[in-house]
Amino acid sequence: MGKATREAYGEALRELGGKNKDIVVLDADLSKSTKTNLFAKVYPERFFDVGIAEQNLVGTAAGLAAAGKIPFVSTFAMFAAGRAYEQIRNSVCYPKLNVKIAATHAGLTVGEDGASHQAIEDISLMRSIPNMTVIVPADATETCQAIDFAAQYNGPVYIRLGRMGVPDIFSDDYKFCYGKAVKLAEGKDVTIIATGVMVSVASEAAKELTKAGLTARVLNIHTIKPIDHSAIIEAAKDTGAIVTCEEHSIIGGLGSAVAEVLVENSPVPMERIGVLDVFGESGTPKGLLVKYKLTVADIVSAAQKAVSRKK
Amino acid sequence: MTTRLNSEKLAELADRARSVRTNIVKMITEAQSGHPGGSLSAADILVTLYFAELKIDSKAPKANDRDRFVLSKGHAAPVLYATLAEKGFFPMEELLTLRKIDSRLQGHPEMKNVPGVDMSTGSLGQGLSAANGMALAGKIDGSDYRVYALLGDGELEEGQIWEAAMFAAHNKLDNLTAFVDNNGLQIDGPVAEVMSPLPIPDKWRAFGWNVIEIDGHDYNAIYQAIQTAKTVKGKPTMVVAATVKGKGICKMENMVDWHGKAPSREECELFLAELDN
Repeated sequence: MGKATREAYGEALRELGGKNKDIVVLDADLSKSTKTNLFAKVYPERFFDVGIAEQNLVGTAAGLAAAGKIPFVSTFAMFAAGRAYEQIRNSVCYPKLNVKIAATHAGLTVGEDGASHQAIEDISLMRSIPNMTVIVPADATETCQAIDFAAQYNGPVYIRLGRMGVPDIFSDDYKFCYGKAVKLAEGKDVTIIATGVMVSVASEAAKELTKAGLTARVLNIHTIKPIDHSAIIEAAKDTGAIVTCEEHSIIGGLGSAVAEVLVENSPVPMERIGVLDVFGESGTPKGLLVKYKLTVADIVSAAQKAVSRKK
Repeated sequence: MTTRLNSEKLAELADRARSVRTNIVKMITEAQSGHPGGSLSAADILVTLYFAELKIDSKAPKANDRDRFVLSKGHAAPVLYATLAEKGFFPMEELLTLRKIDSRLQGHPEMKNVPGVDMSTGSLGQGLSAANGMALAGKIDGSDYRVYALLGDGELEEGQIWEAAMFAAHNKLDNLTAFVDNNGLQIDGPVAEVMSPLPIPDKWRAFGWNVIEIDGHDYNAIYQAIQTAKTVKGKPTMVVAATVKGKGICKMENMVDWHGKAPSREECELFLAELDN
């Protein structure tokens, strides 16, 4: 098992701190968990712990950005996208300020802390705000590059990171391309589109599908907004069926974003793997992925269903 | 150090304030929507800041070393726009486009398109955090610009204000001076009755701020408070300014109904005549 994306984030941020003096980091009493403490140890003069006060966390970052800084703001996804939603909307996105919200502990794989801490709505909330960019990296390498990209991009970015370790997918020569889907496997019967921790699960499912005589294209969509229209349309035309996979509610996330593109351009049978409009609960991350139907087997059966619906 | 304004400056500020108040009434009447009461109560504070203190240049509205002003009570946008136009940031005629489609002058301040607006505000409680961020950036860079913010007294009911209050004191943001436009009224009635934030000065002292209490319509008092705040080290300053909602127009003064109501054309004529006297 590779690193968690939050760990890769902390390391990337520490690297970035040396390259760009305009980078400042703010956290809300969770720096040991979000891994911003790695930056804090090296650049204490550019690290600010605002305490347990997420509204002010985001608002202060807006002011720093208005005065020319590049603030990276971290807390759990629940408290960033949830608690400080309106500060993100009105103080950051409306004036298009250069604030990066790197939210960790997203999704069910927070695990034992339970539903109160499991953000399964954050992609939905963030992608509906004008001027916002939403990125969900799948592994450590992609996270590092996404963080570098965010620092160079001028405007608000929401980066969704996880608590749990995830398999390494990309090698060192990987190049993150903002807004571009990454093809991880080629196939002709169905396309599995995944994001974040579900990308490696989707790749496994594609392998499994060959046993059933089906070949699947696998797309990693790291940039949920702006989404890669052409890759989705091409997948629909080439394979005729789509399955989306995300560790997020089926309402408003990757599945919805893909469906929006499909219905307007190239409707094909589609199935969504995601949290089925219910709250999570305490448990091990692995146990929760099984209980909430986010496994290889779930993707395989969704793919078979999508294929069977082809006319 | 003398902290009194000379008579010439006092006369200028009075003239400017009259002009700003006149424009507030005109623009809200033209828009047939907006917030006159809290715009008029804050007019003397803004005029003193913009014409006796702020290091700003209307020709370089984004200069890095400029002083900043955040109107946290963003619904008082008319007083900010009227003051900025008075200061030459954009043409005076544009004021009459307030709240109209295709205008830069949105119902609440928007920083991207309006020269001189340092922060987009309007959702109460958020401006002080932004001012904190600007003051903090100044500290990190060793810049000597100052940051000013204006809060409503009703706005103090927002929880984020107190998060920001803690932060500013904890980080010793002595380059930050905030004002409370303490006009005593909010939409649903007197602040003391709706959800009392009183005693306001004691609360800010308890949060570690330097507190100055003044008459918010006395130019010398406003100016002196600004100068005193600049000498205080290690603490942000909160100027609690006693003001009158609707100040300058008898029919509006201390009337909660004029929080967010536009005058009719007839009322406008009467109000402008009153301001002219």
